Amino acid sequence: MVPTFYYVLLSALLFCVGVTGVLIRRNALVVLMSVELMLNSANLALVAFAHARQDVTGQLLVFFVIVVAAAEVAVGLALLVTIFRTKQTTNIDDINVLKG
Amino acid sequence: MIEIPPIDWSVVLQLCIIFGGATALLMADLFIPEVRRRVTGYLALAVLAAAAIAGVAPWGCRGHTFSGTIQIDSFSLVLNWIFMLGAAITIVLSFDYLPRHGINRGEYYVMILFAVGGMMLLAQGADLVVLFLGLELLSITLYALAGFAYPRTTSEEAAMKYLLIGAFATGFLVFGIALVYGATGATNLAQIGAVLAEGRIDGENRIYLMAGAAMTVIGLGYKISLVPFHMWTPDVYEGSPTPITAFMSVAGKAAAFAGMTRFLLTALETQREIWVPILAALAAITIVVGNLGALTQQNVKRMLAYSSIGQAGYILLGPLAASERGTEAMLYYLLAYTLTNLAAFGVLIALEARGEAAWNLSDLGGLWQRSPGLAIAMAIAMLSLAGVPPTAGFVAKFAVFTAAWQAGQAVLVFIGVIVSAIAAFYYLRVVAQIFMSEPTREVEISSDRVLAFGIGLSVIAIVLIGVLPARLLNLI
Amino acid sequence: MLANYAFIGIFFIAALIFPLIPLIAAWRLRPARPTATKLDTYECGLEVIGETRVQFRVQYYLYALAFVIFDVEMVFLYPWAVAYNQLGLYGLLAMTVFIVILVFGLAYEWKKGALEWV
Repeated sequence: MVPTFYYVLLSALLFCVGVTGVLIRRNALVVLMSVELMLNSANLALVAFAHARQDVTGQLLVFFVIVVAAAEVAVGLALLVTIFRTKQTTNIDDINVLKG
Repeated sequence: MIEIPPIDWSVVLQLCIIFGGATALLMADLFIPEVRRRVTGYLALAVLAAAAIAGVAPWGCRGHTFSGTIQIDSFSLVLNWIFMLGAAITIVLSFDYLPRHGINRGEYYVMILFAVGGMMLLAQGADLVVLFLGLELLSITLYALAGFAYPRTTSEEAAMKYLLIGAFATGFLVFGIALVYGATGATNLAQIGAVLAEGRIDGENRIYLMAGAAMTVIGLGYKISLVPFHMWTPDVYEGSPTPITAFMSVAGKAAAFAGMTRFLLTALETQREIWVPILAALAAITIVVGNLGALTQQNVKRMLAYSSIGQAGYILLGPLAASERGTEAMLYYLLAYTLTNLAAFGVLIALEARGEAAWNLSDLGGLWQRSPGLAIAMAIAMLSLAGVPPTAGFVAKFAVFTAAWQAGQAVLVFIGVIVSAIAAFYYLRVVAQIFMSEPTREVEISSDRVLAFGIGLSVIAIVLIGVLPARLLNLI
Repeated sequence: MLANYAFIGIFFIAALIFPLIPLIAAWRLRPARPTATKLDTYECGLEVIGETRVQFRVQYYLYALAFVIFDVEMVFLYPWAVAYNQLGLYGLLAMTVFIVILVFGLAYEWKKGALEWV
């Protein structure tokens, strides 16, 4: 059996990829995808821990995370569509009226 | 057969009323014509009132249900009341604002109710899963509400920024929860606390716990807008529709504080010597950065955003004290801050004419001559934010400082007091502008009765709480 | 134990090599004499009009968003269905409440006209 630590390491790496994506990518769609990667890396860790402990609580949380992520992305995409209609861009650096 | 544990419905009665009411209202609104949209708002107020009354009976009781994931105690009841008060005043402030800005859509009130439900889950949650769900329900409705004034570019931008940052924070929160679960094998706060109290966490589990707790606090820190996780706050607060700014700055913040307090004081109680210094440092820089940021702002709405960052630092002193007194002080501060910020934003709403923002400091010039009522309301709100007696803000600051002092956070109290004195400068600058300078341009002032009622109610409450602090402190 | 996995390894390598051989062979053997006509996009002999990338109507996104949400909610039905026989009446009632809430969402969507194709 693969040690739980390896799973956690993998999920931590995926999480870092997601964080890097959020921080350096400027396209809002890609940022949302990176966030999704962060959430799913957490899901991987949860499932691995749940398996190691033979406990379903972790898997239960995964369901909730999946559903919440979908809701979040739905709101995000709806916002992107409205922004694209008014500004014709999905680049978050071009969305910059507010500052100071 | 799987045994279904008995459910104590009295624990979740308020939640049931809010969620049931919100769902019913969503359906009812479909059949309410646009011209009678206020009816939806009044129905939402009725739902809030019903839920508030439902909180009277269980006062003083403690209990939990749904396998110990949702609990009820006086902490959660007081917080629920604060959320409902904040939501009710927000709705009252919105009646005039929405049609004036052409965003008179019924989902607004429904989403506020759902947000309140999420907040109540945060206050009543005894399990990381419930805290996560509550926070997300609150956040996702707030993203949508922040963008409610589309196609106004600023509103869309605020919503997008809020959503991207919020989703980022959610990632941290979930990963943190996953690690804490991995370290302790539990998501229930009390169970985590029990496992940690036994002190059998070692090796890699110790690392998981530390990293997990840190990431959970970061995730919540974004919602509270603790420095250094505050960068989104001024933009989002400026761009969102003003009643929503008020709502998220008070109720949203209070809810995130509720979740954080529960997590720190129930689950991580035994690890106190590790998190207290870290959070104390965060509180100190939050107080300093928030208030210094507000100093240079000419835009009052933005200034209030920075001020709310600074206030979050003061509120954090409550849970930091890690005592009953600290928690009480936090609740008291949250109540005072809720009323004060709602009054201040209410005045901004009254000044906001159609499609034109009058948030510049100079727009407040001569407000005393043009509208004495609004001038007094704004002045009292500013004095309360600055912490000048006899307002609620003073008593609140006094309470958190005392609690922190007793917990041995002398340095933090010292920083807090010094920065309060500096902060008084920019709050009083607004007051000076209102009473002493001449109007620079004509600003159309709303004369809506309901709006005036909402502002008046908040102001009277600020003064009453300031004058009769002992009563209320005893009550909590 | 490890020998069992060797098959998978060999399979993977073979799966990589087989498509690569014809691709490389074609690349090495074919003559390359590009002309403008040859490089043109070929579509049933018709002249190409406009760009390859087309914008879809926003309507599609509305459907997609609604679909995603309703689709993902189904994740809760799986564990429920697996444990259905052991949950009894309570489980049935709880899931009915859940579905009814989803139906409310659908009704809202319908009444708001998000399902109309305009």
